[in-house]
Amino acid sequence: MRTQISQHTFRRLLALPQPLRLRTFSILNRPPPNYPGHVPLTLVERGALALGSAFGSLRNPHRHDLIAALGEATAKPYFISRLRKAMLANPTGRRILHDKPRITSQTMSLEKLRQLPENTVGRAYAAWLDREGVTPDTRDQVRYIDDPEEAYAMQRYRETHDFTHAITGLPVIIEGELAVKAFEFANTLLPMTALSLVAVVRLKAAERKRFFETYLLWAVGNGLKAEEVVNVYWEEELETDIEVLRARLGIEIPPDLRETRKLLRDKEKAERAARDAKDRLGAVMGV
Amino acid sequence: MAALLPRATKRLRLSPSTDSVCHGCRRAFASSIRHGQQQQPAPSQHVSQSDKTTHFGFKTVAEELKASRVRTVFSSVAANYDTMNDLMSLGIHRLWKDHFVRSLNPGIRLTSATTSSPQSATGQTILDIAGGTGDIALRMLDHATTINRDNATSVIISDINPEMLAEGRKRFATSPYYSTTTTSPNRRVSFLEANAEDLSAIESNSIDLYTVAFGIRNFTHKQVALQEAFRVLKPGGVFACLEFTPRLSNPIMNGIYKRWSFGAIPLIGQVVAADRESYQYLVESIERFPSQAEFAGMIEDAGFIVPGKERGDGGDLEGGWEDLSLGIAAIHKGVKPA
Repeated sequence: MRTQISQHTFRRLLALPQPLRLRTFSILNRPPPNYPGHVPLTLVERGALALGSAFGSLRNPHRHDLIAALGEATAKPYFISRLRKAMLANPTGRRILHDKPRITSQTMSLEKLRQLPENTVGRAYAAWLDREGVTPDTRDQVRYIDDPEEAYAMQRYRETHDFTHAITGLPVIIEGELAVKAFEFANTLLPMTALSLVAVVRLKAAERKRFFETYLLWAVGNGLKAEEVVNVYWEEELETDIEVLRARLGIEIPPDLRETRKLLRDKEKAERAARDAKDRLGAVMGV
Repeated sequence: MAALLPRATKRLRLSPSTDSVCHGCRRAFASSIRHGQQQQPAPSQHVSQSDKTTHFGFKTVAEELKASRVRTVFSSVAANYDTMNDLMSLGIHRLWKDHFVRSLNPGIRLTSATTSSPQSATGQTILDIAGGTGDIALRMLDHATTINRDNATSVIISDINPEMLAEGRKRFATSPYYSTTTTSPNRRVSFLEANAEDLSAIESNSIDLYTVAFGIRNFTHKQVALQEAFRVLKPGGVFACLEFTPRLSNPIMNGIYKRWSFGAIPLIGQVVAADRESYQYLVESIERFPSQAEFAGMIEDAGFIVPGKERGDGGDLEGGWEDLSLGIAAIHKGVKPA
């Protein structure tokens, strides 16, 4: 039952189309990893991972590792290859694939970004990170995608997700994340982004109404119209004026979600205070 | 603490022949040379201490590092330990542990013969090694108290890992056995953070029953742990070990079992506990454990009498253990000669 297959053969087998690849390796006969951290999964394992991580991340949206795993499990056969080809078709995307830059708190110095002029991309990014209270370090490593370049494309998408947040101004609360995911689906076509939209069931009624009326339309329209955001070499665009970048990409900002929610909350509080005062007055007056 | 395992850079190695077991675990049977050994070099007297390596799952690590890496693995699995056990074994681990405890029958039942014995007043002293979360210890105390009506038997829970012991304290906090005073003489459970290879905190010849359930495969030097067990047990004391076996005897069931182990278990670890690597280590460490015959031989070498054994034709021990669930787990027992 155990046959020793050479590395070379395994690599060629992994490059075969899906129906043929099914029969090539099993759980007990895994090929060697293609890059550090690579775990080659069989089709059954990938399906089980997709299902488990889908339900797990719906139950607990704070499990970002499950959302990452869902993305990797559902990216093949077509979608991550399409993304990589979209990067190859663009000169900047080709440079990114060649250089393979990584975004971590080491490579992105927040102190320097905060020093940049007011309306630059870097300053907006740093300001957004501070406003939301997150750092660039929370992204998991890609493990379940076989081709190293496609794995890098997925890693790049994951690490630039925060930049998408920064140039659209959307916050990290569920509403904001869903809007960004909808935008990313229209822009990158990764299935995980569409699957995450199932989380609208977790929104409150008012939030859902706002999402469907405003943000979904904004997201899909802008995502389709805009250039591929994965092709932006963010490390070189840090000092660009943010309006110039938005115009170049073709992105309009949606209404500021935190402001909208704050206004609504303040209005509700004022209304409730007025109602309470009226009730108390009524009680005193004996009405 | 789990950050000590650089997850992204851990390489998965293609597993070598599943028949290879580390030299330290191998018995000096002539017949054992049939297994090809390709992992570790044979330990020789000229090799210095720092060059000695051992297995950590399918990886090779320096011996002195294995204990700390095991500790790291169990720090990261401690919080979800019981949930993950239920999912990985589909709840069957509860049956194994219940059977293990019942077959040992801890506690002294008062009959006309035992009423006057001095030990019925102090009860048995049980040492549960690698028993961090306390599931065996709790079963022992329940059995002794409820079935044998023995309110004096006590358990010392020992583990190398403080997070696992913390889980054990949590479990016992809601039980009738946990005493809040540290020096109460009626304390029925106590916790000891120690490496099983060095139980110097426990006196020799002081323990009636030494149990280790699903822990010994993680020890760096199993023979040393067995010798420590021999030292702390009273003459006539019982050594009992519940552990997974490296393979099942039925090849079809073994095929299914191995695919579940290497496919489903790390996946469940990823989805439930966000930790694929620790569960990959767990299934690899099962693969590296010696077979039932080899392990029974190691127990004999430590000086124990292994009940029920016979020497078969190939020179192997047969019958000196009890297989559970078609051989997925096995109970090994030994008695220290009086």
